[in-house]
Order: sequence, then C-alpha cells, then structure tokens
Amino acid sequence: MRLAPAAATVLQPDGAMRYKCRRMTTLAFVLRRLLGAIPTLVLVIALSFMLTRLAPGGPFDEEQALPPEIRANLEAAYGLDEPAVVQFARYLRGLLHGDFGPSFKFRDFTVGELIADGLPVSLGLGAGAMLLALGFGIPVGVLAALSRRGLADRFVMAFAVAGMSIPVFVVAPLLTLVFALWLRWLPVAGWLPGRPSDTVLPIVALALPVIAFVARLTRGSLLEVLRAPWIRAARARGLAERAVILRHALPAALLPVVSYAGPAAAAVLAGSLVVETYFGLPGMGRHLVQGALNRDYTLVMGMVIVYAALMIAFNLLADLAYAALDPRIRRERAQ
Amino acid sequence: MTLGLGREALDALRRDRTAVVCLVVLGLLVLATLAGPALLDYREDEIDWSHMAAAPFEAPGHWLGTDRLGRDLLVRTLHGLRISLAIALAATLVSLVIGVAWGALAGFRRGRTDAWMMRFVDVLYSLPQVFFVIILTVVFGRGSFTILVAIGAFGWLTMARIVRGQALALREREFIDAAIVGGAGTARILARHVVPNLLGPVIVYATLTLPQVILVESFLSFLGIGIQEPLASLGNLVADGAAELETAPWMLAVPAACLMLVVFCFNFLGDSLRDALDPRDR
Amino acid sequence: MSALLEIRALTVDFLAPRVVRAVDGVDLALGPRERLAIVGESGSGKTQLLLACTGLLAANGRATGSVRFEGRELLGPGDAAAPARGRGIGFVFQDAGGSLTPHRRIGDQLIEVAMAARGMPKRQACDESLAMLGRVRLPDPGSTMNAYPHELSGGMRQRAAIALALAARPRLLFADEPTSALDVTVQAEVMALLDALCRDFGMALLLVTHDLGVVAALAGRIAVMYAGRIVEEGDTDELLANPAHPYTAGLLASVLSLSALEDGELATIPGAPPRAGETIQGCRFEPRCPRRRERCRVEGPRLEAGGTSRVACHYPLDAGRSP
Repeated sequence: MRLAPAAATVLQPDGAMRYKCRRMTTLAFVLRRLLGAIPTLVLVIALSFMLTRLAPGGPFDEEQALPPEIRANLEAAYGLDEPAVVQFARYLRGLLHGDFGPSFKFRDFTVGELIADGLPVSLGLGAGAMLLALGFGIPVGVLAALSRRGLADRFVMAFAVAGMSIPVFVVAPLLTLVFALWLRWLPVAGWLPGRPSDTVLPIVALALPVIAFVARLTRGSLLEVLRAPWIRAARARGLAERAVILRHALPAALLPVVSYAGPAAAAVLAGSLVVETYFGLPGMGRHLVQGALNRDYTLVMGMVIVYAALMIAFNLLADLAYAALDPRIRRERAQ
Repeated sequence: MTLGLGREALDALRRDRTAVVCLVVLGLLVLATLAGPALLDYREDEIDWSHMAAAPFEAPGHWLGTDRLGRDLLVRTLHGLRISLAIALAATLVSLVIGVAWGALAGFRRGRTDAWMMRFVDVLYSLPQVFFVIILTVVFGRGSFTILVAIGAFGWLTMARIVRGQALALREREFIDAAIVGGAGTARILARHVVPNLLGPVIVYATLTLPQVILVESFLSFLGIGIQEPLASLGNLVADGAAELETAPWMLAVPAACLMLVVFCFNFLGDSLRDALDPRDR
Repeated sequence: MSALLEIRALTVDFLAPRVVRAVDGVDLALGPRERLAIVGESGSGKTQLLLACTGLLAANGRATGSVRFEGRELLGPGDAAAPARGRGIGFVFQDAGGSLTPHRRIGDQLIEVAMAARGMPKRQACDESLAMLGRVRLPDPGSTMNAYPHELSGGMRQRAAIALALAARPRLLFADEPTSALDVTVQAEVMALLDALCRDFGMALLLVTHDLGVVAALAGRIAVMYAGRIVEEGDTDELLANPAHPYTAGLLASVLSLSALEDGELATIPGAPPRAGETIQGCRFEPRCPRRRERCRVEGPRLEAGGTSRVACHYPLDAGRSP
C-alpha cells in the first residue's frame, strides 16, 4: 500500500512541492503513451503501403493509349520498378521529411501540398464539431439528469435517439433544407474566408450525431454517479448542492464521456468526408474522395496516414484527460 | 446461465411491443423489396419521359414520384433497399463466420493462442476502419464485391471479441472437460458444444451489426465510392436527392426515410434481444 | 435539560416499487452531550431513521412527523434539514470508503468543508484540517492530506471519514454502524476514538449498531428497535442487567459469551422479523415471543414510561413494571 509521496509534514497550501510531484508523474505518463502510439502509426503506414501495392495493375492502367516505353519511363520516374521493400523504405524516409510523394493524378502537385492545402479547413471543421459536441452535449446531458425525469429529460432523450439514428449524410441535406432553403438564415454552400456563417451548417451537421450520443451518455452517467454513497456523504457534510454536483459528481460522471471522445473523433473524421463533399468545402476530405474516385494511390495513402495520425493524437489527448479526471489511473501508470 | 435463445427470452421479446412492431415492419419491408418491383408498373431503370421529377401522387402510377431522369422513385428505393440489405446480410454473414470461428477458438484455447489471436484483433481494431475501406476500394475497384470484402474485413472484430468472452466462460464448465476427456478433438467440441451455446449473443450482435454495415455502405455509396450507378443503393439515392433538394425534396425524403426506418428497426430489435437475453443488463 | 434533538412520531415510508413502512412512529429525545445507542437487527429501520432526520432519504422515501434540532424543524417543505447538515449534525457512515469522494484528495475534501461551513480562508482551513487529521489519530497527517482515498487502509479511511464528519464542528454526531466494516482489532480503537472526540468536542452522540458490545462502552442510554418501532429504551447498565422487553432479553442472550460457549448451546430468537411492508395487527414481536398471550396478537402494545425507561410490551419481564 503506497501512500502519496510524503512532501513535508507541514503542508504548504498548494505549495510548489506538491505541484512538482504531480507534474512529474504526468510527464512520464505522457511519454509512455506517446511511445505506445508510434507503433500503431507505423502499422497504419505499412498496411496502407502494402494494400496499395497489392492492386492489380498499376496507376497508369487507366490512361489510354500509353506507348509501353513511355509507361516504362513513367514507372521508373516514380520508382515503381523497384522491389517493394525498397519502395517502402524510401517512402518512410520521405515521410520523415514531410514528403508524401507526388500525386499521380494532379500532376502539378505533390501529395504533401494537397494535404497542407486542405488540412487547415479540415482541422477547423473537425475541431469545431468536437468542441460543439462536447460543449453543448455535456451541459445538455447534465441538465437532463438533474431534471429528474422532468420535461427537459424527456425532450433530451427523444432528441438523442433521433440524432443517433440519422446518419451524417442525411443530416447535412436536411439541415440545409430547413435552415438554408426554407428559413434562409444561412448560406447553402461555399466557403468564403470572410463569411463565418458558411461554417455553421457544416459544423452543426457534423456535430449533431455526436451531440446526441454525448448528451445521452452524460445523462446516464451522471444519474448513476448521483446514486453513489459518497455523494450522499458529501451532502451530509453540509456542502451546497451545486458544489456537490460540480466538484464531486461531475468529474466522475465525465469519465465515460472522455472514453468516448476517441471513437467520437473517429466518427467526426469519417463524417467530415461527407460534410466536405456535400458542402463543397476545400478540405482534405474532398481531396481524399477525389483521389479515391481517381484511384490516385499516393494521395489516398498520404491522406489516410494523416487522418490516422490525427485520430491517434486525439486518442492520446483523451487518455490524458481521463487520467486527469481519475487519479487512480495516473498512479498505476506511473509506477 | 442460458446462452442460447431459450423460451424465457422469446417470451420476454414477445412482450416488448415496440420490438414486435419493428420485426413486423422489417418483415414487410423485406417482402416489399422482393415482391414490390414485380407488382409495380415501372422497372428501376425505365425512363418515363413524360414525367420527369414528378412529385408523389402527381403522375399516374408513380406513387412516390420520379427522379430527375423520370425513373420511378418507389421502385428505385425498393431496389436500393434490396441491394443494401443483400450486402449487409452478406457482409454480416462473413463477419459472423470469421468472428465466431476466431473468437471461439481463442476463448477455447486460452493461454498464448488466445493472447496472440486477440492481440491481432486489437491491432486491427485500432485502425481507422472507414479509411481503410476506402483504400481497399481504390485498390480493388469500386463495386459491390469490394464493399462486401472491405466491410467484412473489419466487421468480424467485435464479434470475435464477444464470442471469445463467452467461449472463455464456457470453457470453465464441466461438460467441456467431459468432452475432452472423452477424446473429442477441438474442432468437434467447438462445433457441437461451444458454438450452439453461443447462439444467443451471436444473434444479438448480428442484428446490431446489420445496421452498422448498412450505414457504412450507404456512406460510401453517398460519396460515390460504393455501389455504382445505374445500380441503386440507398446511399447513392440519398446523394441524388441531396443534389435536387430545392426542386425535388421527395427525392431525398423517400430513400432517407427508408434508410432510417430500417436502421432504427434493426437497432431497436437488437437492443430488445439483448435485454431479453440478459435482464440483468437492463 | 432542553433537548438538542427531539423526534416525535417519525414515520418513514418508501413509495416504490411498493409502499413499505421502514420506521413507524418513533419518539426519541437527546440532550446536549448525551449519548444514545439505537440497537436492532438489519431491517429494523435504524439507518432510515438517521437518514430521515438529516433529509438524506432516497428519492422514493417520505418522512412524516416532527424532528426538531435545537428548536428548528428539520422535516419541513423543501430541504429543511439542509442548514443542519454538517454544521449541526455530523454523519459517520458505515462504509467509510464509500463516504470519501474517490477522485479528490483527503486534504481537499477537508478544506472544502472547513471553508464552506466555517467561512475560513484557505490557509487557515489547511492548518485546521491538518490538525483534525491529527485529532483522529492518523499517524502521518501530512501524507494523508495529499492522499486519495484508495491509497489508505480501511481503518485510516474510517478515521478520515470521521474527521470529515467533524470538520464543520457539529453539536450532534450520527454514527451509523461505524465499526461494522472494520477488522475487530481496529474496531476497539475507532470506538475509543469516537468516545474521546465526543468528549473533547462536547458533542452528543446518536449511535446506531447491531453490536451490543459496542454499546456498553460508549452510550449512556439504549433504545431497542424492532420492525420499525422502539420497543424498549432506558439507561444502559439498567437495560443490560434487567431487560424488560422479551426481544431485548433474547438479544442479550444471543450475544456470545464465554459462559454460553461452555454450556454448549447458542441461544437464538426463533423465527424472523416481519417482512417489510407487512401490516400487523397486534404486537410485531408476538410470533417469536416466549411470553406471548392472546392479548398480544390482537392489541399492539404502546411505549409506556416507567421511571427513567420505557417499554412497549403487555407482559414485560420485570414484574414491577407490568401494568
């Protein structure tokens, strides 16, 4: 049974000593998780590479009437005539320099440039959707739980079920229909830099299913935590109800929500493909879909790697948040 | 601990009225997809030049209107549903077979075999599914078969995990030991003792996997990477409808409603099955 | 001596899934610095009694009657008991681990109470909390301040829980089976601790337990509860020496002692308490009572005072007390 590291026997209120102890274990924890994430990323890269090389025929098969010598030259230029392992090694080395290779279809651009072109938009979209989902879904779930089967609760639950059953590619046109075409509050599509109202529909459409799930999850979790004996004990100490809920109930109730943040990010990233395509947003998703339709191997591969990296990064963040909320995890991992 | 679908479970299910309604609705829909197109006047690729983009009930014989090319929407939706259901069923079947075999073997063997097999599952699980499915469509070309393989390649993972858990529990029971002592081989024990007792959870999760597969396939078809024109899938019907939103909103409404109805019914049915099998979970 | 806590006709019902009466018309009074132990088996309603007084019943519970603490009614509309919780009445729960919030350090939880209930600035609250951990005889208060509940042993957790209950300096302490979940060796220490703390802080104590051994050491008066009602109440030494109610006598007899073991037979009270929710016409203990007569089945006995004690029985044991 390990006690907390004994600081001084005289406690310094929020003293530097205590703070330093906490920070050190967090750093160790972060490093460990980072190291664990790298193999997954390498696996994704290797798998993508292997799959694209498996394709019957090469990327130039669809070009009509290419004389064989020119095709051979092209293939040599792209390094496609070398053994697979060599190609993989070269690709990895390129990745470390941020070079994803050339796009086979957009001859004037490298994949890296296309990624850089679309990344800010996609990141903005995704981050906006996640922030909206958590920032709106959690309070809504809390309110539903606190209203104890009142009107707010029923309304939220009905909305949650609806939101979870409607796929993103139905939500997007639906919202457009209601808010852009009928009510005319928002523009239909487009992404002009100076027009923030462009961002509203895409972000909301992307976030909606996640909001629904987060609200439902938060509500259920909080209801369960409120039944715990230590909540009753906190009230028995005379603490105000608001303090009990905010400081004693909520952090424990949010644990399942934070666990869900990882899968939620995956859903948001996948959904962004639809949203970007439908609203015509100049993000990575649109390039990815185009690349898939054109069978542009390097582009697809590069994009998938970036998306995977984003998901891994987000999962790491979610893990950190979980450890921040649940001290037991922190101690176990640090030891 | 009955793992099969016992009488108790069926009774509980029958009592849940909404679940029964869902089952009936699904049955009707399946019937409609099989018999409907034969009963209706138009074929799915038949162009009615005189009634293009007609609203529901406007044009004679076109109950739910037509699309931009004058094709009957009801027939196309039914065909789309048929294809989506077929792919979902096939992919789920593949997931089931692989998942059950994998999970049962891992749970039964325990020890190192189990550890390696499940580690493989964990690794695949951590990959971004949708994106790899996209890579597969790039590699193997678009179309129904690729979609089936791609979705099936990931669908078996959850099933394997669940089956493995159940198999682990089953392994502890005496009748398995008795069978082993009796000289039965692994395959035989798995086939005759383990798998029949797993039917319950397998059916539950198969029912819950179907709507997931339908959603993934529709998602891909919406983007144009899945089922290809002129074949109709609920996904690309929704995509067509989304493009004509201002002028012909029914083109979106009909396939979207159909899709959501099917997904909702399967999800609800699966949830009810799960509750019926294990009341403690409620 | 004016009463610190006055309970009159307290009744606790649970409405769902069926209507169940857990406490049925209890009258009790406690003066400042007095110690009363409520003894009874599981299901007798003693815990619900404590929860009802402090407004901590579950959502489907309803308390009626009157509970006055320092003159103020705690069973009023809204959360009338709220001002009394912590500051007036402290509560030590049976499961100490369950009364500490798992994701917050012990020190934070103590400081929180000190600041909220006693309006101290943080620095002072820190020092006070540290001192309190010392008062509950924890070996290393500084470490404990920094620790999370899951890092402490069972006994240490209970001491920390006691410190939390006392942090707001209540005048009355409710203790619900404070030692039942602890090892026997630790039990004695914790009981001694409670004794000392009540003395030092001048608190009254309402102790709920099923363990008669614990009672004798700690409480001046005992109330015996059975099936939601008080069946006997009186001075500890008197009651233990000369129990009036047959149930009390049965309880005492069933307590293992060396002499009982030597005789070879364990004394038990045959039968079982009435199931929750059962309505009974006569005396509730009648089916199991060795002294029962016709009257007992028909008419429920009322608590009758006799000297410094009360008993609810038609045919109590002490001949001098029968009506």
